[in-house]
Amino acid sequence: MKHLIDILDLTREEIENLIDVSLDIIGNPGKYKDACRGKKLATLFYEPSTRTRLSFEAAMYELGGNVLGFSEAASSSTAKGESVSDTARIVGLYADVIAMRHPKEGAPLVASRVAGVPVINAGDGGHNHPTQTLADLLTIRREKGGFENLTVGFCGDLKFGRTVHSLLSALSRYAGIRFVLISPEELRLPGYLVSDVIEKNGIPYEETTHLDAVLPELDILYMTRVQKERFFNEADYLRLKDSYILTKDKLAAAKPTLSVMHPLPRVNEISPEVDDDPRACYFRQAENGKFIREALILSLLEVTV
Amino acid sequence: MIIGQIKDGIVLDHITAGNAIRIYHVLGLDRLTCTVALIQHADSKKMGKKDIIKVGQVIDLDFAVLGYLDPGITVNVIKNGELAKREHLSLPERVTDIIRCKNPRCITMTEPGIRQQFRLTDPKKKVYRCVFCDSEAPTEL
Repeated sequence: MKHLIDILDLTREEIENLIDVSLDIIGNPGKYKDACRGKKLATLFYEPSTRTRLSFEAAMYELGGNVLGFSEAASSSTAKGESVSDTARIVGLYADVIAMRHPKEGAPLVASRVAGVPVINAGDGGHNHPTQTLADLLTIRREKGGFENLTVGFCGDLKFGRTVHSLLSALSRYAGIRFVLISPEELRLPGYLVSDVIEKNGIPYEETTHLDAVLPELDILYMTRVQKERFFNEADYLRLKDSYILTKDKLAAAKPTLSVMHPLPRVNEISPEVDDDPRACYFRQAENGKFIREALILSLLEVTV
Repeated sequence: MIIGQIKDGIVLDHITAGNAIRIYHVLGLDRLTCTVALIQHADSKKMGKKDIIKVGQVIDLDFAVLGYLDPGITVNVIKNGELAKREHLSLPERVTDIIRCKNPRCITMTEPGIRQQFRLTDPKKKVYRCVFCDSEAPTEL
C-alpha cells in the first residue's frame, strides 16, 4: 500500500507523472468527474487549515467522490484522549483514503502503519507538508516550464518552515538549481538540511539576512510566514514576525520574469499591493493545490482514467 | 594483572577505552549472578588502549544496542574453552527502543505504546534520526 508521508517517498518520475495527470485534469476536467464515484476521503484535521483541507475536499468532489472527517481536534475523540493509532485504525474502516494534519511531527506516519488505507500527510507540525510541495512543483512547472537552471530564493522562517524543507529537498534532484537562503539569524535553515540535502547534492547556495541585495538574482522568490504556532516564546515571535515585507517598490529591482510564491496564509510578509503584479503567483499556486491533490488521490486509489 | 580464561561465556573485546562501564550498565550486566570481569585501559596493539568485558556464561546480546554504543567492539563467544564464534560489530541501520526522542513536538511524546525508532543517516558522523520527526538522536542515552 502506498502512502505519502514525505515528499522523498516519491521518485522524481512519480512526481512528474502526478504533474502530468494534473495538467490533463486542468485541460480536461470532464474526463475525471466520475473517476472516484463511490470512494470516500476522510480529512482528519487536528489543526486549523483553510486551503489544505478545502482543496482536498474540493479535489475529491471534483473526482465524483465523497468526503467525511473533522476540522479540529476538539470535535473528534482526541478530546476524550483517543490515540492517533486508534483513530486511524477506525477511520480506515470507513474511508478509502485519509488526509491527516496533526500538530505532532510523525503522526501521519503512525496512522499509515495501522490505517489499512492510503494515508496522506497534510502537514505534521513543523516537519513535512508534501502535498504543498507537490502544489509548489506544479506551480513551478506551469510558471517556468521546468525545474532546471533556476535560482530559487527562500525567504522568512527557514527553520520551522516545513514547506521550505520539502520543496528544497524536491528541487535538489534537478540540475542547475541554486538556492539563496534569506532569513534572520534565529530562523536559518537547520544545519542538517544544509549538510544532508544541499551540500550532499553539490548545490551552490548562499545564506543572507538581506532580501533586497539578492532579489535581482532570483528566478523564484518563495516567501514564508513566521509561524506564531511554532514558537514557545511569544516575545521571540513578535521580534521576528515582520523581518521581511515584500512591497511593490522592492519588486521594482527584481527580474521581470520572477515568480513570487507563498504557501499562504500570509500575514504581513507580502503587501497586498503586490497581488496585482503578474509576477505574484501565490493565488494560482493555491489553485494548483487542488489539481495536484486530485492527481494524488487518483494515484493512491490506483484509479486510472 | 591476570584474569583467568573462561570456559563458557562471552568476551567483548576492543571496547573504546573508558566505555566499558557504560556498556556494562546499558546491557544490564550488573544484574547477572555469574562472574563478570571489567578491564579498563588495557594495552592494545591496534587501539593503544582498550577496555574488555568478560562474562562467565553465554547470554543473549542485542548486537544493535552494542553496535550503536561502540561499533568497533568484537564479540567472542567461548564454548568449552574454545572460540566458537566471533562477530565484528558495525553501526546498525536502525535502532529500536534504545534512544528516546527529545523533540517536544514529536508524536512519540504523546502516542501511547509507540516504539522509539531511529535510523542511521550519516555513518561517518554517527548521526541517527528519529523516524517520526527526523530529529537528531541525543548524544546520551
